Amino acid sequence: MATSERLVITSTINGEERTFLADSRDSLLEALRERLNLKGVKEGCNNGNCGACAVILDGRLVNSCCVMAAEIEGSTVRTVEGLATPEGLAPLQQCFLEEAALQCGICTPGFLMSSTALLAENPAPTDDEVRFWLAGNLCRCTGYDKIILAVQAAAEQMRTLKK
Amino acid sequence: MVATPEKPVYKVIGTRPIRPDGVDKVTGRAAYGADIVLEGMLFGSILRAPHAHARIVRIDSSKALALPGVKAIVTNADFPRQESGTLDLGEGTANPKWLVDNVLAGDKTLYHGHAVAAVAAIDWHIAEEALALIEVEYEVLPFVIDVKEAMLGTAPILHSDLRTNVRARGVDTPTDRETNIAMHMRVEKGDIAAGFAEADIVIEREFTTSQFHQGYIEPQNGTAYWNQDGQITVWTSTQGSFAVREQVATLLQQPVARIKVVPMEIGGGFGGKIPVYLEPVAALLSKQTGRPVKMWMPREAVFQATGPTAATWNRVKIGAKKDGTLVAADVELCYAAGAYPGSAVGAGVMCALAPYNLANQRIDGFDVVTNTPKTAAYRAPGAPASEYAVESVVDEIARALDIDPMVIREKNAPEEGTTNSAGAPLPRIGAKAVITAIRESAHYNSELQGEDTGRGVALGFWFNGGMESTSSATVNPDGSVSLILGSVDIGGTRASLAMQLAESLGVPYEQIKPQVTDTDSVGYTAVTGGSRTTFAGGWVAYELGQEIRKRLVERAARIWGVDASTVTYSNDAVITGTDKDGKAQQFTFDEICKRFPTTGGHVAVTVSSRKNTTGPAYAGHIADVKVDRDTGKVTVLRYTAVQDVGTAIHPAYVEGQIQGGAVQGIGMALQEEYWYDDQGRLRNGSFLDYRMPVANDLPPIEVILVEVPNPGHPYGVRGVGEAPIVPPMAAIRNALRDAIGVNFYHTPVTPTRILDELLPRE
Ligand code: FES
Ligand code: FES
Repeated sequence: MATSERLVITSTINGEERTFLADSRDSLLEALRERLNLKGVKEGCNNGNCGACAVILDGRLVNSCCVMAAEIEGSTVRTVEGLATPEGLAPLQQCFLEEAALQCGICTPGFLMSSTALLAENPAPTDDEVRFWLAGNLCRCTGYDKIILAVQAAAEQMRTLKK
Repeated sequence: MVATPEKPVYKVIGTRPIRPDGVDKVTGRAAYGADIVLEGMLFGSILRAPHAHARIVRIDSSKALALPGVKAIVTNADFPRQESGTLDLGEGTANPKWLVDNVLAGDKTLYHGHAVAAVAAIDWHIAEEALALIEVEYEVLPFVIDVKEAMLGTAPILHSDLRTNVRARGVDTPTDRETNIAMHMRVEKGDIAAGFAEADIVIEREFTTSQFHQGYIEPQNGTAYWNQDGQITVWTSTQGSFAVREQVATLLQQPVARIKVVPMEIGGGFGGKIPVYLEPVAALLSKQTGRPVKMWMPREAVFQATGPTAATWNRVKIGAKKDGTLVAADVELCYAAGAYPGSAVGAGVMCALAPYNLANQRIDGFDVVTNTPKTAAYRAPGAPASEYAVESVVDEIARALDIDPMVIREKNAPEEGTTNSAGAPLPRIGAKAVITAIRESAHYNSELQGEDTGRGVALGFWFNGGMESTSSATVNPDGSVSLILGSVDIGGTRASLAMQLAESLGVPYEQIKPQVTDTDSVGYTAVTGGSRTTFAGGWVAYELGQEIRKRLVERAARIWGVDASTVTYSNDAVITGTDKDGKAQQFTFDEICKRFPTTGGHVAVTVSSRKNTTGPAYAGHIADVKVDRDTGKVTVLRYTAVQDVGTAIHPAYVEGQIQGGAVQGIGMALQEEYWYDDQGRLRNGSFLDYRMPVANDLPPIEVILVEVPNPGHPYGVRGVGEAPIVPPMAAIRNALRDAIGVNFYHTPVTPTRILDELLPRE
């Protein structure tokens, strides 16, 4: 059994430097949820198979349940709580609402983070590319169609905004 | 969208507004069950049985209790003793004696993963560590997983006191022998011997289906606080807060008045979040420690100990005339209920032949206990397995008679007045309209391209639920209406009920502020399940609207000094009349609301009502598949789901329900199943190995909504959510027959099973 040790960790979470106490056995998911109270990060499986806990760590999409909290010292983490601005929702968030891309909504934070990472890398994906990229995120309610539509609608909005 | 007959013109119904709880759900602010934080909260965890069937000889918790940070450990012995009885949970019932033994095992553990003991500790890591220190001595017993084996006289017996209840023509007769068969029910009409004698062709086949899990992404959770004054508060993600209150009250033998259940946002349920697993345990741990206790299940435990559906064995024999008229059916359904009786075989029986007008039929259903987790409801519980078997045989008959598969279905379709299997006439239904929509669809009329491709169709039926709902509405002076709901919102309930209230009042949707509340703050409401909520809850919303209209008319009449019968309320929410001086007067909705404080106060209304009617739903799906002969992989090329939805309140959510249900059915058809090893242990309790469809497994799911308004609802609503999971298994199986010429008799049809058929045998 792993022994417990208290760790003091400093990292930038949603644009703000945070110093917090964690247990050496905490995953990043546990640290975000239980130590930092970022409850938008969801647990669906705790072993890397559902994507509900997806966050962006130093620019890369990760399943936070598969990262140890101890690894994020000095890193930058972005969670669903960091998507909206005081001006309003991010295009992806708005499009998820408009396209009815959520039913129960438990998978939504993970899909939003995963789609954010996709559109950062590929601003004009094909439907197949979206489906392939999102294959690490499980949704049991929607059958995925409306999620694909929402991501494409957001991609288009973001491309127009950039122009 | 296909709308028949004439649909009334609505202002709000049929639009696609954004749901009221939407922003919180896309910003991560919505509080689901596992998100609750209470001061001084402890974390609970559960020790589970490593064997399929064992007697618990001894449990020694002393080492675990000695671990610093561990505050309490409970076992079944800490619950009050239970007598057998029946608890009505809305979608199914529960026997308190079995329920408590499922929550924490009594003298025996009955399946791999059965809960044995629970720990509360100051931290979840410590709780986990403590589990490893609890010593349990087991006497391992022989076990049985397979439903047919469990029915044999030689099978290991799970419950020595179980006797078969034989139910025929509504009469129950118990037998007197030890058995695993909890119930044998029979439903019949007509004369099957005479029917089969008329048949030109008779096809009889046997089918099996694996166990499937609901697969909600949010694991079960439950938090409880047992206060010093004896009040118990439970926070949980559930489909029915009142069903949880009932179960917790019974298991703890506490009056319901002492229990408040706060429904948190729920991350999917599909029927699986009606029985309790953790809530009563958290309450016991809280009582012992005087602190709130939060519990949530690891994913593996969700697979091992919650849900799943029954594995089934089904035999179907159908006779038809040369012209395709179905004349007789003999059906036998054996459903593995899991560790305790209560599979959904009853609904399986009633749905099996429901897509057909078939005069002579007999259906036998067996509810059988096995050393597998106690099954729970899953979307159209019981129907997919029985209708899959029937839809497969009908397909074989159509092929044998060289009749188009939709033509044979059209020829035998039920309509208003056709009697169901129990002999009761059907209300207005959309079976024929669905069949016509399929036959006229672009998909059905398209050409299949390529080698090893095939097309299949299948129908599906579900009753839809009614039951009891309560809602309250308060009209505010600014014209907004607070709507208090007892139905939890599992995927748009707030929106669909607010829309129906808005329609009833004639005000914009944005003026309604719906809110889901706890069991102390609203009247009794049954579960969000059985596709009942938009139907029955919507009916209550309609009645609330009508009552508010009446009160506003009375208010206007009082202000104008006239009799209320002279005042009218228009569908645009304008109140008109003539005052006592004969002068024409009018109030808009907002104007009269503004006058509340000075004209007799606010208007608040509660409606509680039980709806016993239902609006049955028919669905029909078309699947195109392609088989890779080298790997056995099946690609679904195109998929269309057609369904009679009555009236689509929020069409986007209706489509979403149908797409989601269809995809769950596709998972059942091709890839999802429980695997047990030779020790009866579940070997694939993870999302990696229990493979639910992901985005790139699927084509777009095309949806055609057929609207045949339900005459038994003010807005013609039928339930929507359940029916779409029914057709996929047969539609895909029939498509595979078309593609590679093989009839499969087991589902899921995995690549291995395909290769077993395609590869030359040694
Ligand atoms: S919780 Fe991390 S992938 Fe499922
Ligand atoms: S909306 Fe429920 S899991 Fe995706």
